[in-house]
Amino acid sequence: MTPLNRIRNFSIVAHIDHGKSTLADRLIQSTNTVAERDMQAQLLDSMDIERERGITIKANTVRIDYTANDGLDYVLNLIDTPGHVDFAYEVSRSMRAVEGSLLVVDASQGVEAQTLANVYTAMEADHEIVPVLNKVDLPAAEPERIAEQIEDVIGIDASDACLISAKTGIGIPDVLEAIVKRLPPPHSGDPDAPLKAMLVDSWYDAYLGVVVLVRIMDGTLKKGDNIKMMQTDAKYSVDRIGVFRPQMENVQELGPGEIGFITAQIKQVRDTKVGDTITHEKKGATEALPGFQPSQPVVFCGLFPVDSAQFEDLREAIEKLALNDASFSYEMETSAALGFGFRCGFLGLLHLEVIRDRVEREYNIDLITTAPSVIYHIYQRDGTKHELHNPADMPDPSTIDHLEEPRIKATILVPDEYLGDVLKLCQDRRGIQLDLTYAGARAMVVYDLPLNEVVFDFYDRLKSVTKGYASFDYSMEGYREDNLVKMSILVNDEPVDALSTMVHRDRAEMRGRAMVEKLKDLIPRHMFKIPIQAAIGGKVIARETLSAMRKDVTAKCYGGDASRKKKLLEKQKAGKKKMRQFGKVDIPQEAFISALKMDN
Amino acid sequence: MTEDWQAGGFGLYVHWPFCEAKCPYCDFNSHVVKHIDQTRWANALAAEVLRVSSQTPGRLLRSIFFGGGTPSLMLPETVATILNAAQTHWTWANDIEITLEANPNSVEANRFRGFAEAGINRVSLGIQSLRDNDLRRLGRLHSAKEAQRAFDIAQNTFGRVSFDLIYARQDQTLDDWKIELSEALAMAGDHLSLYQLTVEHGTAFWDRQNAGKLRGLPGEDLAADMYDLTQDLCGAAGMPAYEVSNHAAPGSESRHNLIYWNYGDYAGVGPGAHGRLTLGGQKYANSAWLQPGAWLKSVETGSGDEINSKLSVKDQASEYLMMGLRVTDGIDTARLHKMCDNLSLDTTVDRLLELGLMFRSQDRIGVTQQGRLVLNAVIAELLPD
Repeated sequence: MTPLNRIRNFSIVAHIDHGKSTLADRLIQSTNTVAERDMQAQLLDSMDIERERGITIKANTVRIDYTANDGLDYVLNLIDTPGHVDFAYEVSRSMRAVEGSLLVVDASQGVEAQTLANVYTAMEADHEIVPVLNKVDLPAAEPERIAEQIEDVIGIDASDACLISAKTGIGIPDVLEAIVKRLPPPHSGDPDAPLKAMLVDSWYDAYLGVVVLVRIMDGTLKKGDNIKMMQTDAKYSVDRIGVFRPQMENVQELGPGEIGFITAQIKQVRDTKVGDTITHEKKGATEALPGFQPSQPVVFCGLFPVDSAQFEDLREAIEKLALNDASFSYEMETSAALGFGFRCGFLGLLHLEVIRDRVEREYNIDLITTAPSVIYHIYQRDGTKHELHNPADMPDPSTIDHLEEPRIKATILVPDEYLGDVLKLCQDRRGIQLDLTYAGARAMVVYDLPLNEVVFDFYDRLKSVTKGYASFDYSMEGYREDNLVKMSILVNDEPVDALSTMVHRDRAEMRGRAMVEKLKDLIPRHMFKIPIQAAIGGKVIARETLSAMRKDVTAKCYGGDASRKKKLLEKQKAGKKKMRQFGKVDIPQEAFISALKMDN
Repeated sequence: MTEDWQAGGFGLYVHWPFCEAKCPYCDFNSHVVKHIDQTRWANALAAEVLRVSSQTPGRLLRSIFFGGGTPSLMLPETVATILNAAQTHWTWANDIEITLEANPNSVEANRFRGFAEAGINRVSLGIQSLRDNDLRRLGRLHSAKEAQRAFDIAQNTFGRVSFDLIYARQDQTLDDWKIELSEALAMAGDHLSLYQLTVEHGTAFWDRQNAGKLRGLPGEDLAADMYDLTQDLCGAAGMPAYEVSNHAAPGSESRHNLIYWNYGDYAGVGPGAHGRLTLGGQKYANSAWLQPGAWLKSVETGSGDEINSKLSVKDQASEYLMMGLRVTDGIDTARLHKMCDNLSLDTTVDRLLELGLMFRSQDRIGVTQQGRLVLNAVIAELLPD
């Protein structure tokens, strides 16, 4: 067991591409935690999707042994937290598991909105924060200006920030010393007190089953201990206990202040709840650690197989993924248009995309993803209240008293020159400006926005109007009443339920027009003309007509061409199978999402 | 027992793979070479005719077609040698049609007399356009005036003369085509092939189009309008369409091409030739898609590199649909079902009837003029899975 004053637990807060993973790699490497030959870039990001997107989805941890300049040996535990807003709760738990943070900021780019959100989470967790300016070796680096910006925007002293280049290794020894000298050891912790261990994260390992990442607050956890999860009351026997270096290394016990993993014959990740308190079955703690929240999906969409014969494969894929992701919910859905599929709930859009990518890649199933929807609260005339997860389930409007929708508080940091575009975008999305301040040449705008205007393509639009210079973060702000209606889309006079969306009444015409125009381009011409309409109830609010195909014929076809032409026609026929048929109309799978994208 | 192919008849296709120049829109098996040993080629083609005809002895031959390439580059003696071979094992129909594709230039027109003496009784001239500027753009070596002269010579030499035009060309307007087609109809005998320009993979036009350098081609709507205009003008001139791109005075249709479209049997001889032959009750697809030199060698050494593949009943039904729906008469439903008895096209046909794209009579189904314009989409609906 390591004495408390020789332990330093910390996380790294950084914006994507500001060098978090590279710094982590460098710390691991310079302390010889991993043999040189085993080094690979971004050691901690284990999933392909994480490496590809440069994001962290699961918390990762590594234990580093370090002999400081004072001659003493320290144990440094780094928790690499997910950085994305979708995983805000998971981030907050990881932050509660450590006492300090390195705030890594690109010395030429400066502070971004996402950094801001995470650094506030760190401050809420009472972290000591050490600013680290990365990429100081680049010609565009302006460490003094960025240090000032950190002081202005975040309000912490950045005068003794570490100046480093994680890429070349400049300044890494200073960072290690700062961790030891400037970050506090775990505040308290009694090895003999009843066990209180926070469940920081968990995941499924093909060989070991469910692996649980824990931080011991009080007490001591040993192999063979009988433990209990305080939220779920599930009981297990610990069969392995260890730390990450970053590969697993078994230890005999974990004491207060330490971070490590356990395995305990837990069948499903679903059985473990992030933020739960683990204690001993007998003589356990009576009070759980504060701050636990069950995970709540905020964005819903339908996932349907393009080939309806793959429904069972999809079911299997979704069930397997759900075993490993407690925050992902699903239920079977039947769409008149798309047949059998699943209505799935996600923590946010990134989470949605990650799950969708994994189904498509790991299970090889082509998916139709329907319009993402948020949860609306429906207050009916009879006094009952319902949650609406799917516009297709909207009850008869005459029975509805009013509707409420979720709102968010969005923080956007943007260079001055793009401010006008950002304000326009937020106004167009029914935003209410809450704040506008300047930090140097950058503006920070805070908007109250409806979540349903953001879930879909807000972030893409923001990136495109600001050429990628804006950064964005949000927090949920509760529900508010508004004039919301269900807009249906009719293709060839048949409603296509998978294209129904909830929209604000004042914006319905505009959205409807945009959608029917998009669909006119997305649906290929058929042998007959196809009306495409947007409607609220029985009232058509926008209409386009896709004219009939006029010419599709091979001019010349003689004896020698029969075989060749047959191949072409078979290809044409196969191409139709990539589409879904609605009445007599074939709609390509990408249309369901593309139709919703707004170009302005 | 009668075999299915007999409903379509039997013909011989001879492929001459050489051209003086490769046209930028052409994706056929054609080659430009400096020297051609006509005697060797004559003997090799004749040997192949003998080989194939010995497999189908006694058949009634309705038609022979010399295609290319540019068969008018053959010497009349070469043509005569091949025709001779075709008489050994087959019986010629009394009214056998023997067609040769010809370039309408003066050099080749000088051989017309010789071709007629060798037995050719019909020519199809690749005039392509009556406008010099467009002929140059199409990479043709003749002028409109030369074409007119070659046509006159052909008219005086052969019983039947047809010519080809390509329309929906770069920068062509509906009016331009109306005038040009009217001139063509005034000049025509009893048969015209009118093709819309299509840019095929593997042609110079394809590369140009991909490089963004093939401008001014008509869009779908203009092309469709041009097609409709063509149907109107030709119909009014007494030469209605009998196939997607072919027009004739009634009774003057190309018998050879009707063998393809009515899904008969045809023997294909030469390096780019394809055949459909029913042997022992089984229909085969044959092809010898080879470089001319390699083909010549394989015939001379007797190695016989021909590729034969059996056509399943489903393949046959697909091919019959694909070919048969090109002609205005359509296809014989009883024949189709006899070919492949588990086809169920009724609901699809009903739908296409409702859209005015098809017609159905007591014993046939076919495609209307409106349907012909979207024939690929119609066929894609009807093809068996």
